[in-house]
Amino acid sequence: MTQIVKMKGMNKYFGKLHVLKNIDLTVEQGEVVVIIGASGSGKSTLIRCVNGLEEFESGTLEVDNHPLAPRGGNQKNLAEIRKEVGMVFQQFNLFPHLTVKNNITLAPTRVKRTAQVVANATADRLLERVGIGSQADKYPSQLSGGQQQRVAIARALAMEPRLMLFDEPTSALDPEMIGEVLDVMRELAKEGMTMMVVTHEMGFAREVADRVIYIHEGQIVEEGKPDDVFDNPQNERTQAFLSRVLAH
Amino acid sequence: MPRPIPPNPTETHTVEFQFQFDWQAAINSIPYLAKGIPYTLMISFGGLAIGFVLGIVFGLLSINKSRALRWPATAYIEIFRGTPILVQVLFIFYGLPDLIGGPIDPLTAGIAAIALNSGAYISEVVRGGVQSIDKGQTEAGLSLGLSRPQTFWTIIWPQAFRRMIPPLGNQAIVSIKDTSLFSVIGVGELVRQGQVYIANTFTAFEVYFVVALMYLAITLSLSLILRLLERRGVASA
Repeated sequence: MTQIVKMKGMNKYFGKLHVLKNIDLTVEQGEVVVIIGASGSGKSTLIRCVNGLEEFESGTLEVDNHPLAPRGGNQKNLAEIRKEVGMVFQQFNLFPHLTVKNNITLAPTRVKRTAQVVANATADRLLERVGIGSQADKYPSQLSGGQQQRVAIARALAMEPRLMLFDEPTSALDPEMIGEVLDVMRELAKEGMTMMVVTHEMGFAREVADRVIYIHEGQIVEEGKPDDVFDNPQNERTQAFLSRVLAH
Repeated sequence: MPRPIPPNPTETHTVEFQFQFDWQAAINSIPYLAKGIPYTLMISFGGLAIGFVLGIVFGLLSINKSRALRWPATAYIEIFRGTPILVQVLFIFYGLPDLIGGPIDPLTAGIAAIALNSGAYISEVVRGGVQSIDKGQTEAGLSLGLSRPQTFWTIIWPQAFRRMIPPLGNQAIVSIKDTSLFSVIGVGELVRQGQVYIANTFTAFEVYFVVALMYLAITLSLSLILRLLERRGVASA
């Protein structure tokens, strides 16, 4: 099987703060990896390293066989990696000055030089797929949070990524809108998309993940199949964390 | 010898103040004063156009990662914001010819002064506008594979520019009024025209009143245009 992400001995600092400690992690093609952990544990930083939004200090990182150098190194592969890796953010980060459709067609037309008509057709198809086909000409501010996040997913998919990163995609949503976004993600997973998901939605993790990773203070302390991690955690940190988040 | 009659303390004395606004004088001055309007507009908008370019260049340099690029921008901004525009124009008109070995015509000196001065303020407007855009916008652009310049010009700049319209309008109005100072170097702008006219007619009140109205007409039209521009922007933001 093809390995889409390969991390070896990766270390990341924010100033003196050691946020990622000696991370070894591989993600296979088609795999859904859910990363859980307390806030500040480094889980978002970990996936932000994959598309170079954060630089790391030492170790190695390969994304789809393109090595990404540590800070100060040659970043010539970064552009290629970003074309192949889509990302969905907690705050959606849609472009407020562009219509929904133009949010989606911007990158394909600018980066891949796709013709506007072709990009428009793709955008329509993707909007249909995430269930908001009728909103193409609206501006993001005219949509609900759940709709905005689904547009953000469509926007990332328009670049036909080999890997999708989700950084707490439902954390900024009203409770009644979480389901519609998780549904789209579930669908995506079913279609075989390789995904790295940082989330607090334990139900989603248990149901959709092929593998769950628990990070504590910048270290992977537990990883395994969701049922094993949730029902029979080995590490006492994981046990404590899960008893806190699953208690309510 | 008859004694002068003492003024009756119950009688009120009004000092006769025989001033009357001479409408005819005001109206007569209009054609002569109006000859100053093209100069005022030329200096204002010529200067502001160049100032806008300077503002974009130095504003963006001032938030560049490289310190070597930041400091000349900061120096420029501090110097031209921190010295009076009157001194700047006098320096350009009377001082610079010594350096370049030839005279500078007053119109050019005026445009240059507005350009350099407004450029410094606009740099700060540009910096503020760009920095006000959420970091997540840049991250979203980069994560989609756009290059840094593409991300900036297609995502950040359009949003920042919309936010820059009110402070830019403010600066335009300030600069239009600043051109009145250039009467000192003899450009035939509004105030200068007024001064020359008054020297012949001694109708200072009426003439400066008309001059003030002419400035107001220019600045109010500009305010109106800007308000329309802003309203159009709001609809899509």
